Amino acid sequence: MTASADLAAPLATDAGARRLAGLRRLDLLGLGLTLITLLAAIVFAFPLYWGLITTFKPEYEIIRPGVALWPEHFTIENYVHVLLQTKIGYWYVNSLITSVAVTVIVIIMAAGAGYAISQLNFPGRQFFWWMILASFMVPIPALIVTHFVVLSQLGLINTLAGVVGPQLIAPVTVIIYKQFFDSVPKDFREAAVVDGANDFQLLFRIYLPMNWGVTTALAIITFIGAWNLFLWPFLAVSSEDKMNITVGITQVHDAFGVSYGRDLAVAMLAALPVALVYLVFQRRVTQAIMLSAGIKG
Amino acid sequence: MLHSRRTDYWTAAALMAPFVIIYGVLFVYPTIKMVELAFTNAPLIGPGKWVGFDNFVRLWNDRLFSVAFWNTLYFVLLSVVPGTLLALLVALAVNRLKGWLQSLVLAAFFLPYILPVSVVFRIWSWMFDKDFGVAQYAIAAFNDGQHVSVFRTIPLFMPAVALVTVWWCLGFSVLLYIAGLRNISVEIYEAANLDGAGRWAQFRRITWPLIWPVTVLVFTIQLILQFKIFDQVYLFAGLGARYDPTMVMVQYVYKQAFQMNKGGLAAAAACVLFLLIVVLSVLQYQLLRARGQR
Repeated sequence: MTASADLAAPLATDAGARRLAGLRRLDLLGLGLTLITLLAAIVFAFPLYWGLITTFKPEYEIIRPGVALWPEHFTIENYVHVLLQTKIGYWYVNSLITSVAVTVIVIIMAAGAGYAISQLNFPGRQFFWWMILASFMVPIPALIVTHFVVLSQLGLINTLAGVVGPQLIAPVTVIIYKQFFDSVPKDFREAAVVDGANDFQLLFRIYLPMNWGVTTALAIITFIGAWNLFLWPFLAVSSEDKMNITVGITQVHDAFGVSYGRDLAVAMLAALPVALVYLVFQRRVTQAIMLSAGIKG
Repeated sequence: MLHSRRTDYWTAAALMAPFVIIYGVLFVYPTIKMVELAFTNAPLIGPGKWVGFDNFVRLWNDRLFSVAFWNTLYFVLLSVVPGTLLALLVALAVNRLKGWLQSLVLAAFFLPYILPVSVVFRIWSWMFDKDFGVAQYAIAAFNDGQHVSVFRTIPLFMPAVALVTVWWCLGFSVLLYIAGLRNISVEIYEAANLDGAGRWAQFRRITWPLIWPVTVLVFTIQLILQFKIFDQVYLFAGLGARYDPTMVMVQYVYKQAFQMNKGGLAAAAACVLFLLIVVLSVLQYQLLRARGQR
C-alpha cells in the first residue's frame, strides 16, 4: 500500500484541486447518509420503544386505533398488577440464583483449568486442550435428550441445580483464560517462584489480578447468557415456582388473562437486569463479545 | 525449577478437578450416551433394546423430519444471508459517525441483542398483533386494507421469524464488523482519495476485500448459531398452537423426546443435527485458516 501512496505524491496538487471541488458535493452526500442512518436507527429501535411505552398505557388506550407515541394517561397499573398477581417474584429470584451460580462456577472452573493448561506440565494436558477445542463444535441443544436423562438419574430435574448444570459447559471461557494467561510475561512468574510462591498464590495474586478486566468481561457475558437462556430452563423445570423468568413469562401467560399491557410489562421487567448490566458495563460487554468471537479486544 | 514434578501434578489435578468432573458428567457422558441411545428403542427415561440403524431409517422415511430439516435450512437462509449483509451496511454507516452520535446510533442497533428471547417474542407478537399491532398498518397498505395474522399464516411464518431474528441478532454482527473496519488503516483510504477514487471504488477495492475475513467469521458464526434454532420458532408457533408445519430440527428432537417419549428416535435426530454442525464447524475452521495463510 505504501507503493500507491508514493505514486500518488507527485499528482497531489493536481488531484488536490479536484478533491476540493468534490468535497462540497461529498459533504451534502455525507449529510444525507447521516440522516438516513439516523432514520434507520430510529426505525430499528422503534419496536423496543413501542413495547416499553405500551406498558405505561391503560388497556383502553392500548387497543385504540392509531399510533400514540406517548400515553394520554400515564399509568403504572400494569406493573403493579404483574408484581402483585403473578409469580414474577419467584421467577426473578430463580433467575438470579441460577444465573449467579452459573457465572461463579464457570469463572472458577475456567480460570483454574485455563491456568493449569497454560502454565503447568502434566500428563493429559494436550488431551484436555484438544477436548476443549473440540467441544466448541458440539451443539448443546443436540444434547437436550441425554442431559435430561443424566439429570433425572441425579434426581435434579425440576430443581434449580438442574437448571444450572448443562449451562456450565462453556469452553470459550477456558480458551480465553488460557490465551490471556499465556501472554503474562514469564518474569513475573519466575520472580514470585523465587520468593516461594506456590501455584495457587501465583494464580490468585498475579495471573487473575493481571487479567481482572477479562474476568469482569467474561463474568458479565456469562451472566447475560444465563439470564437469557430459554431452551434448557424450559425443559428442566415444570412447576411454576421453580421457573426462570424467561420461561415463566411465556408459559404462565394465561394465568392472568390476555392483556397486552401486562404481557409487555412483565417482559420489560424480565429485560431490566440485562439492560442495566449492559448500560453500566457497555465497554466490557463489547469486549467480551469480541473475545468470544476470537477477536482480541 | 524449584518446583518438584510431583507437586506440579497435584496442583494441576486440583485446578483441573472442577473442569474434569463437570465436563465428564455433563458433556462427555451425555455425548457418548446420545450416540448409544440413537441405536436403541428406549423411551426418554428407561432402558431400551438395541435396534441398529432402525431409528435412522425411520428418520429418513419420516415426513415430519424432512419438513423439520428443510424448514431449518429455509430459516438459516432467510436469517443469515440478509443478516450478514445488513450488518455490514449498518457497520459502514455507524463507522462514518463520530462521538456521541456514533455511540447513540450503535446502542440503538445493539440493544435488542442483549434481550432474552422471551422479551423479543412479546415485543414482536405485539407489533404484529392481528387486531391492534402497529405493523398491521404497513401490512394493510400492501394488502387491500386487510389485516393478516402473520404467525398463523404458514407461508409468512418463517420469513417473519427470520425478520425478528435478524432484528434481535444484528447487533452482534455489527460489532464484529465495526472492529474489522477499525482495523483497516486510514492511510489506505487517504492514498485512494489522493488517487481520486470515489466512494464506490473505495468500497469495492479496499473495504470489501479487507473486510472479507470478518464476513466469513460473521457468516459462519451465524450459520452455526441459526442451525440450532428453537426458541423463536417454538414461541411464535405457540401463538397459533400449530407446531408441525413450521417444525425445525431441535424442535423435532424436543417433540420426539418430551412429547412422544421416543428417546431413541430423538437421539438419532440429535445425532444428525450434531453431525451437520460438526461439518459446518470444520468448514468454518478451514475457511478461517485459509485467511491466515493468504
